[in-house]
Amino acid sequence: MKLPPFQALLDEHSTDLYRFCLATAGWGEADDCFQETWIAALRAYPKLRRADNLRAWLFRIAQNKAIDLHRSRGRRPVPVEAVAEMTAAEPEAPVFDGQPELWAALRDLPPKQRTAVYCRTVLGMPYDELAELLESSEDAARHNVFEGLKKLREEWSA
Amino acid sequence: MNEHIETALRKAAATLPSAAPLDLQRVAGAGLLDVAYATVDSPLGPLVVATTPRGLVRLAYTGLRDEGQVVEDLAGRLSPRILEAPERLDDVRRELDEYFEGRRVDFEVPIDWSLTRGFTGKVLRQTARIGYGKTSTYAEVAGRAGSPRAVRAAGNALGSNPIPVVVPCHRVLRSGGALGGYTGGVERKEFLLRLEGVLA
Repeated sequence: MKLPPFQALLDEHSTDLYRFCLATAGWGEADDCFQETWIAALRAYPKLRRADNLRAWLFRIAQNKAIDLHRSRGRRPVPVEAVAEMTAAEPEAPVFDGQPELWAALRDLPPKQRTAVYCRTVLGMPYDELAELLESSEDAARHNVFEGLKKLREEWSA
Repeated sequence: MNEHIETALRKAAATLPSAAPLDLQRVAGAGLLDVAYATVDSPLGPLVVATTPRGLVRLAYTGLRDEGQVVEDLAGRLSPRILEAPERLDDVRRELDEYFEGRRVDFEVPIDWSLTRGFTGKVLRQTARIGYGKTSTYAEVAGRAGSPRAVRAAGNALGSNPIPVVVPCHRVLRSGGALGGYTGGVERKEFLLRLEGVLA
């Protein structure tokens, strides 16, 4: 199995992957999600049997990391007196391009729809690749994009 | 708000901050950095240097092959877990700078011989023992590698040296005193021999 140098993946996908982490894991967890995705990818890389769709593979890891991070944060017991402090420490989403509501609305979508909308709309990912990422059929991938965009439009114009 | 939702999303994404660099120290700490590489400027042109946790494994002149080809070759022969990580090569880079400035006669960085096999490995290990400013011949290194008659094979071994300069194959000449060939071109061999005071 001839795999490209890992550096090539890093060069090619870092920017998109980080943005994806911002979209799926949120501002507070994006950096962790990004680093942990690369670590997990490096760990699995030499044993990979297919190299024809590395982007979908990478983004699937990131999506799972985002879900893990979200769960572990939810489960972590927090002493009452620390709650206020933690909330205050949660980084605020910077206002960019005057569209923070849009980004917030994207973050509120269910994970599969969020991934589908981001990868299709922002990255222009083909449906077969998206299906692989979501581990679903192409029809289901299309459906996730459609439903996600529909909800976003409703939220955004509300 | 007449903008199409997809246009708005694309625009919004484009204004997001860019990624922090991958935490290479964490990667190395987790044992996931099999090969680290960097480029170094030298009087012989840009060099690609690569190291494993065991030591310096490759030094390549660029020109004949570019950096991308060298890295791809290493990914195939050593491990696809190869990353550009100049800070992992600080010692090598410093020693090379000092050598080219004439302030260093010995390299101290450990060597990883993974890219050599059999007779080639023996010839190159013998070559590594030839001191600064000294020379040997193809016949001599063949003999020290255990096969005095394998002069041509010794020449081939030196020609395939994965770590020129540090493993000083430029110090091996033909028996009659002619320079012989060199991986990076004979001008580079002349430059190195002049640097070491062998050639005037």
